[in-house]
Amino acid sequence: MGTILVIADQKKNKIKKSTLEVISEGARLAEKHNMDLVAAVVGTDIAEEAKSLGQYGASKVYIAEHESFGQYLNPPFVNAYSQIIEEVKPRLVLTPTSEGVKDFLPGLVAKTGSAGVMDCSEIFIEGDTVKVNRPLMAAKAKSTVESKADLVLLSIRSGSFDRNQADESQSAEIVKLDVEIPDIKQVFKELLAVASDRVSLDEASVVVTAGRGVKDADGVALVEELADAFGGAVGATRALTEQGIAPATLQIGQTGKVVTPELYIACGVSGAVQHTAGMANSKVIVAINKDAEAPIFNMADYGLVGDLFLIVPKLIEAVKEYKSQQG
Amino acid sequence: MSLRIYICCKQVPDVAMPFQIKGGQLIRDGLNYILNAYDASSVEEALVLKAEHGAHITLVLIGPDKAKEALRKGLAMGADDAVHLNDDAFEGCDSHAAAKVLAKFFADKEYDFILTGKQSQDMDMGLTGGILAHHLNIPYVTNAVGLTADLGTKIANVKRQGDDGQEMIDLPFPCLVTCSNDMNDPRIPSLKGIMTSKKKPLDVIALGDLGLDSSEVGSAGSLTNLVSWAEPDKRQAGQKFEGDPDELVGTLMDKLANDAKVI
Repeated sequence: MGTILVIADQKKNKIKKSTLEVISEGARLAEKHNMDLVAAVVGTDIAEEAKSLGQYGASKVYIAEHESFGQYLNPPFVNAYSQIIEEVKPRLVLTPTSEGVKDFLPGLVAKTGSAGVMDCSEIFIEGDTVKVNRPLMAAKAKSTVESKADLVLLSIRSGSFDRNQADESQSAEIVKLDVEIPDIKQVFKELLAVASDRVSLDEASVVVTAGRGVKDADGVALVEELADAFGGAVGATRALTEQGIAPATLQIGQTGKVVTPELYIACGVSGAVQHTAGMANSKVIVAINKDAEAPIFNMADYGLVGDLFLIVPKLIEAVKEYKSQQG
Repeated sequence: MSLRIYICCKQVPDVAMPFQIKGGQLIRDGLNYILNAYDASSVEEALVLKAEHGAHITLVLIGPDKAKEALRKGLAMGADDAVHLNDDAFEGCDSHAAAKVLAKFFADKEYDFILTGKQSQDMDMGLTGGILAHHLNIPYVTNAVGLTADLGTKIANVKRQGDDGQEMIDLPFPCLVTCSNDMNDPRIPSLKGIMTSKKKPLDVIALGDLGLDSSEVGSAGSLTNLVSWAEPDKRQAGQKFEGDPDELVGTLMDKLANDAKVI
């Protein structure tokens, strides 16, 4: 009864890991409630990549290809996905939460006249009601939100759901739509990005974060070296990005990114709510801080009380040695 | 020529303070209510634009009587006047209903910019601004960390924090921009600002003035309903180690490899 549509998030025509968590939950819901599961993704050259969504249970993948999806502006995404929604007529739309999704989803919600709820961590379908749990008050509380609207759009909080294994015996029908791209009033001028070879924060299985305790650029470099030893990503607290010691793109927290890696290492991070709202669902949390009373220790699986400038260099060596032994 | 700027703001409980949840509901007695911090950044940014180009800045807020304090705060910072959309029927507006009320308010207004916070600190939803822009048929950009305006060409340049860096976007005004708290440090109102704010115009508008029916607003006009509150799933504190750095590193590597099995 009814259809669940998963809107995939992609970067440079590669589907992001966060999408796989969302489509896996979509597949579980579809099976439980005897619904159809389909997916949609837009990009400049996305047809090949779109096929992978079939391995997670989508029976059809709707795609649209257009050069306007190459640089992020909200009107092409609002238009393309509203056209796909009109075609599919889903009951429920699920999509990961990212800065891009947070930008186009309000427009999509308004254009389709649907009910939108952002940053959901649990989803229940009960008759004509869609019920979700989501954090609020800087993740110091959670709430249950219900909607009886005919169409409900949910953005899903990173790390909320387990990712299924891809099933290579399954494949989806690829349905290519010609979408109308409106006359776009916005002009994308440039992307100010810090060039980095590191894995991006939302894709990384290890995240090493610098807090106020790392003090300066040399401290950040030490944290970067530890992240590199793990093959992970570097994050920062708002205290550091505000002072310009780390770029804003690395900010983790209520106003930055939400990350849920396998291993999260907080270096010189006190554990203010602003920050922990963005990392509390990491699988394993390690904290290194010289202040034994720092709140971060209340949520760390392993807390090391001591001077990070003495501990981190030794940890870098230990990780390198461990990795070389593992081959 | 100068700019006409409206700022949509909200009064929220101060999320930095402790609060209690009982019987599935937030205990609101004793909470400290403040101007939403992201909206305060919108006010600050408008004041920066005003200093450069000249502007008339009007605050717009949906809320009960006590929410007037948030408007007074924005006026004390330097906004010129305020509109308080105050009616019992507005109680329980979700993003969709709030955007509907605001769209009705803006229907006969002329403006260059509508600024608002990227989300409210209590709900952290972040939908109202974009939905409002769609209703008003104006372009919008969310999560702005920088904003400049060229009055000659009527083009705004917005710097927004995107997924992979800061995106520089030009858009013609009238437009709507949602502001991040990384945009600026909102000024603390001066004593003079606080004194003069009490004399600044503050209009109160009720449901009937907007030509809306009570069934279209508040809980009745909402598409979503917050039914209950709960404590978040809390992590337990794990093991804490002190001592020599070499020993600490050895212990941690052992735990990560053999207990947690994450490396």
